[in-house]
Amino acid sequence: MKAAPAVVLALIPASLALAIAFGSVDLGPGQLGDALLGRGDEIAREIIWGVRAPRALAAFACGGLLALAGTLLQVLLRNPLADPAILGVSGGAAAGALAAMLFGAAAGGVNLSALAGAAVAAGAVFSFSLGRSGWNPYRVLLTGVALASGFGALVGLMLAIAPSSQVQGMLFWLLGDLSPAGDPAAALAVLAACAALAFSQSAALDVLILGEDKARSLGVAVTRLQAIAFGCATLATVAAVLLGGAIGFVGLVVPHLLRLSGVHRHRALLPLATCLGGSLLALADTLARTVAAPAELPVGVLTAMIGVPVLLVLLARLR
Amino acid sequence: MLEATGLGLSAGGRELVRALDLALAPGQCWGLLGRNGAGKTSLILALAGLRAPQSGAIALDGVPLAAVRRVELARRVALLLQDEHSDFWGSVLDYVMLGRYPRSRSAFGRDEEGLRGARRWLAELDLADREAQAYRTLSGGERQRARIAQVLVQDADILLLDEPLQHLDLRHQAIVMRTLAARAAEGKAVLTALHEPGHAARHCAFSVLLYDAGRASLGRSSDMLTQANLEALYRCRLEAAGEWSFLPS
Repeated sequence: MKAAPAVVLALIPASLALAIAFGSVDLGPGQLGDALLGRGDEIAREIIWGVRAPRALAAFACGGLLALAGTLLQVLLRNPLADPAILGVSGGAAAGALAAMLFGAAAGGVNLSALAGAAVAAGAVFSFSLGRSGWNPYRVLLTGVALASGFGALVGLMLAIAPSSQVQGMLFWLLGDLSPAGDPAAALAVLAACAALAFSQSAALDVLILGEDKARSLGVAVTRLQAIAFGCATLATVAAVLLGGAIGFVGLVVPHLLRLSGVHRHRALLPLATCLGGSLLALADTLARTVAAPAELPVGVLTAMIGVPVLLVLLARLR
Repeated sequence: MLEATGLGLSAGGRELVRALDLALAPGQCWGLLGRNGAGKTSLILALAGLRAPQSGAIALDGVPLAAVRRVELARRVALLLQDEHSDFWGSVLDYVMLGRYPRSRSAFGRDEEGLRGARRWLAELDLADREAQAYRTLSGGERQRARIAQVLVQDADILLLDEPLQHLDLRHQAIVMRTLAARAAEGKAVLTALHEPGHAARHCAFSVLLYDAGRASLGRSSDMLTQANLEALYRCRLEAAGEWSFLPS
């Protein structure tokens, strides 16, 4: 199936265009064109350039970061079920964010607290998993899963004791929501840096599939490679979670969609997964903003509702 | 030249190798024999720089193995592991070409020399018509030959092979042994763990026998592979079987 790269590349402009063209305010084609060219109605221009474009880019960055992290974790942990949440980093961030909301912190405080929670989780996973003979993927997996369920319990506790006025905000955060995303510049920079760093290791990641000993005998510095890739995945997950909360399924499903379409080499898989994750989340976020407009749905619900059937259909077709 | 001096290895609290001196010189083919659990794999992994020895030193052309960069080591020493648990996604040719990693580091561009090598070894190991087939659809013996082709395409000076003949039928055992002996004749150093002394006697000029409790003896195969030595090595009575005998006549 050689079509995958072309489809993925075509999806980038298409998804961004749709995200900018549609929203809760209905702009006609004329108004849209004028605003894009910086002419005409000031409100329309503000909607396009001040609201929708940053939101579309934030969604793209967030989806790209999640898909990149998922791809890396699936090869590092040799586990097809790995996704960004498996490191416990999303759980740590969620617990941090909800704690800040519980104490009535503003958006900045929530983000800072989420970052602290993610850092605690990442520190714990890595200090438990880096032994004398390098990384132990099973310990990464077990520590991450254990931390994730621990943080899950904390999150449940906070939801139980939070005043009902706060619960909806918390639920949106937990389900994944890009409405408070703000300026996507930092996330795009993290995305570019992580993607470039991961891409530079793509040939070594191909060899790692043969196992650690064989990869070492073929000249891969396995411990260093794992440190780079785990570092990239963690950084990408943290950046994505700070931007959009705990958006699920993008990191799990996107790499599998590509592998099932015959893309396996990491020099193709990593950039294509990044682009596809970005485009799909930009599309999902457009739906989240418009389906029940003027109300917004949490985008994480849509990614799951779209991602799961698509993956199942592809799996069934391969049997 | 890969040289171990005073090498001591143990695993699981058992001493496997004690004070072993072994030098693999260019042009030599070594057979490595011993009972199950005698330490053949441990010795091979240590020589490949994948396990640090408990004592002694291993040097590649006089440089301690730990001081050689992984990729440089991979250009000099190639290793066939005993098992590999991989569900490789691609074709047999894709699989064999992974052996080129230490030689061609660029992510783009075709490695023509590598492709020629891969096709040559696939043909030599009787897999020429399997090139485009999915690796995961190969039989056990075919996979084993593809793994050997991957080791050969690495084009290292020193080849360490842990039971290269497992899963192979008689004809392919002979093909693999002839291929390994030919690499040694070209000037490479070969060390291969074997369970069939006949192959060692026919194709390897030198043999290492790993006995229990760390004892080892090594030397010319014609001196080492005697009935008495092999009976002690395998702890069972052997009888000479005419033309099929592994014993020098």
